[in-house]
Amino acid sequence: MSGKIAVSLTVNSEEVEAFVAPRTTLADFLRQDLQLTGTHAGCEMGVCGACLVLIDDQPVHACLMFAVQVDGCVIETVEGLTSRDAITDLQKAFHERNALQCGFCTPGMLVSAYGILSSGKVPSREEIRDALSGNYCRCTGYEAIVDAIERTVGERWRAKVAEEEA
Amino acid sequence: MKARAFEYVRPQSVEEALRAFGDADGDAAYIAGGQSLVPALALRLQAPALLIDIARIEELHGLAVVRDRLRIGATTRHFEILNSELVAEHAPLLSKAAPFVAHPAIRNKGTFGGSLALADPASEFPTMALALDAEVEIASFAGDRRVAIADFFLGLYETALQSGEMIRAVHIPVATAKTRYAFDELARRRGDYALVGAGVNAEYDGDRIERIGIAFLSAGPTPMRARRAEAILTGSRLTLEIIREAQEALDVDLDPPGDEHTPVEMRLHLARVLLGRLLGRLEARP
Repeated sequence: MSGKIAVSLTVNSEEVEAFVAPRTTLADFLRQDLQLTGTHAGCEMGVCGACLVLIDDQPVHACLMFAVQVDGCVIETVEGLTSRDAITDLQKAFHERNALQCGFCTPGMLVSAYGILSSGKVPSREEIRDALSGNYCRCTGYEAIVDAIERTVGERWRAKVAEEEA
Repeated sequence: MKARAFEYVRPQSVEEALRAFGDADGDAAYIAGGQSLVPALALRLQAPALLIDIARIEELHGLAVVRDRLRIGATTRHFEILNSELVAEHAPLLSKAAPFVAHPAIRNKGTFGGSLALADPASEFPTMALALDAEVEIASFAGDRRVAIADFFLGLYETALQSGEMIRAVHIPVATAKTRYAFDELARRRGDYALVGAGVNAEYDGDRIERIGIAFLSAGPTPMRARRAEAILTGSRLTLEIIREAQEALDVDLDPPGDEHTPVEMRLHLARVLLGRLLGRLEARP
């Protein structure tokens, strides 16, 4: 029983075809089959947020899905966001503000932050905190992370205003 | 922390899904958002031989107003409820509660029907459906049937759904110009399970309450209607005296769980405080 199932999906702009056992989570599929280990497996029950990836441009927990469920979907991991320069400014702000210590939560934080940044709104500090409520960090105490996201939100907003005025 | 091996199918229609469940002799589970089911599988609290993926069945998804009811397809996701102008206009209590449902990433996958089928007494949407006198449309091999929400939640994680049945849609009476509503919850950390929460949906006749639905979460084994408090408020104008009477009635209406961090009396106290606040801030449809 439980033979493998063929799936075809897009991961970080590349077409992927694979055979997966139904019980394989998307997180394990990305990490073990595709060697995309930027997606971290933490609690594996949807609490810590370390495994967040984008499915069809929305942050979701890769540990709360089986790979068979994302057949035909477009997946982007922190590696994909990094290589297409979608979060370079955000990563720089994380670095400069020391928004990580051990770094285990960082990929999930970046994916959540990407969700905040791509909402098109300019969130308040309180709203940023709220949007990060599903991401655990056991090192920083969150302040630096919120600072880095707030700075990036502000910089992007100012750049947009300057562009519109020009 | 890994699920037991299972087989997986993704049927194209409700009929096909019901048949797949029947063919598995009941050793199956439907999966849509999977935000509660996947951890349950990982923890092996459940270990069905077959997983039937209903997330992409077109007829189960979407929002529509049909006459005086808002129809919410079972696989409509939490974020869709949160962002929907249709919901904001016709069931504003749901819009008010939606930001409190879990965290953003969970809201992107979790479904309205899934939340009701799980019937977690701490969840927002089942409790709001109860406050709103919703009706649950159930797809069954023996034919579809409809169940009033008051008869749907039977016990802790126990509903009127029989083995193999699934929720097709939930129907909610639409808000009118007479509707006033409020939602809030008290939680130690945003997005965590609330210590207690409640939704109020009232119909006003002038400054008098004509009809009122009050439902509490985390206040008993199921989502809990506060019938005695409702009876006190029905036909009344809101005065401090009436509000206090309604608050006191919660001792009878609710049956909250207790633990060392949150004793029963503390939860009852918080429920009374919350009801007072909500009655003080009932608002009209935007």
